[in-house]
Amino acid sequence: MTRYVILGTGVAGVAATSTLRTVEPSSEIVLVGEDQHGFYSRPGLAYYLNNEIPEKQLTIFTKDDWKKLKVRYIRGLATRLDPGKHQLEIGESGHLKYDRLLLATGSNAVPLTLPGAGLQGIVKLDDLDDTRRILSLTRHARTAVVVGGGIIAVELVEGLLARGLKVHYFLRGDRYWPNVLDEKESRLLEHRLAEDGVSLHFKTEASEVLGKRGKVSAIRTSKGEIIRCEIVAVGIGVRPRMELAINAGLTTDRGILTDESLQTSDADIFAAGDVSQVHDPLSGQSFIDTLWYPAREKGRIAALNMSGRRSIYKRKVAINVLRLAGVMTTIIGAVGSGSDDDLVSVARGSSETWQQLPNTIALESSTEINHLRLMIGEHTLVGAMVMGEQKLSIPLQDIISSKADITPIRHLLQPGAPLGQIMMDFWTNLKN
Amino acid sequence: MGIQFNLGNESKRREVLASGHVVPDQMRCVQCGICSYNCPIGIDVRRHAWLGESIDDSHCLTCGECVRRCPRGVLRFEKTELFMKGEK
Repeated sequence: MTRYVILGTGVAGVAATSTLRTVEPSSEIVLVGEDQHGFYSRPGLAYYLNNEIPEKQLTIFTKDDWKKLKVRYIRGLATRLDPGKHQLEIGESGHLKYDRLLLATGSNAVPLTLPGAGLQGIVKLDDLDDTRRILSLTRHARTAVVVGGGIIAVELVEGLLARGLKVHYFLRGDRYWPNVLDEKESRLLEHRLAEDGVSLHFKTEASEVLGKRGKVSAIRTSKGEIIRCEIVAVGIGVRPRMELAINAGLTTDRGILTDESLQTSDADIFAAGDVSQVHDPLSGQSFIDTLWYPAREKGRIAALNMSGRRSIYKRKVAINVLRLAGVMTTIIGAVGSGSDDDLVSVARGSSETWQQLPNTIALESSTEINHLRLMIGEHTLVGAMVMGEQKLSIPLQDIISSKADITPIRHLLQPGAPLGQIMMDFWTNLKN
Repeated sequence: MGIQFNLGNESKRREVLASGHVVPDQMRCVQCGICSYNCPIGIDVRRHAWLGESIDDSHCLTCGECVRRCPRGVLRFEKTELFMKGEK
């Protein structure tokens, strides 16, 4: 009987487990993970932090769901992988043999590296334990400093605000998330944060965290300013957890490299989720996504291939819909480029493909609270940013995902044109 | 005015109730559970989104609370095919 071992209890690992059980009703499946809380909604942590949901709401599967999966669960940290022996070493549990292995080890927040980084009160928002730690600190803290960019940093800002803290937000550059947002979009969100009472510090870096009795008491900025605070929250990006794969001699780059069947350089080892860097035959490049749905889909496809059912991961247009500084925002396809000083690696909830902008024309239309930006390629729409009113979110998702030929309306897409109405009409015609 | 407004809402609600249901977009869902948490009658909307199934629970009030609260734009009202066929 084939033994499948899934390493990682995030959505990629669980999707793989679920798929394997469906296609292989009697095979042995072993799920291994060190997170004591198992499978829960990682993106939901932000809503737990800002008090929209209680902790128990984060749990996705019931006991009955797990029972149906008939999976053997081992809680422990995998410390060594030996592809030659088809064997994993797991903490004190010893060796575990596998026939096919899935590495779905996810990614970890990049830690702060500056003097005082070991002080109590420096936090990240990576897992449930982190969130509990933040909530525990907020009971006695009055002021927090957030450093970083992308989605997680703003979720930290909003969560700490919701818990009644005064929040300072440090940005290394002169605006928020410059490799995805254009200047107007950055300003719109910064304005909203400022309205909510956040103190934004541009071109400001943390140079030292100061402490008293082992706890954070203040932060010194690159400009020499000292800001008293009890919490320093960090969202400077995530890095795939691929030490196991590197030490085992698997081929890696920014993540564990796989082909479009999610197979690594070892025929019996697959990778899915944040840790995988998947080859895209169309572009010849390989990409990391740290998005929930692609992770789930990669887990499913990897499982099919592990069981010998040939299946290809077809990269869909990367999309994320979220509230940023209270503004509903949809990000679809290629929208930005360049670098971001606030992120030392890919941001969680992001996709590297967002920053792979080919030759395009950018057009935008804005009102005070609503904003639309279209990235127009030669024959297709390659990306879009929708902020505020979301009526166009699904139509644009459809148009971009289906690579609809926009030639018939391309001449209408001019500066000052009613872009929203043109796209809505185009989508309506497309559907009929 | 208040009564008229409420009647208007009630009329709209009944119209939606009779002809539509809540449909999830699996690609957008991150399983945060805000939808299920806010459902006034305890339907596990999140489960439907995980499975990619519309909320065809006969108890659904189509009150729109889950649609409104979802921070990821996952849920929307859609007319049921049954009624669309009936209209033709």
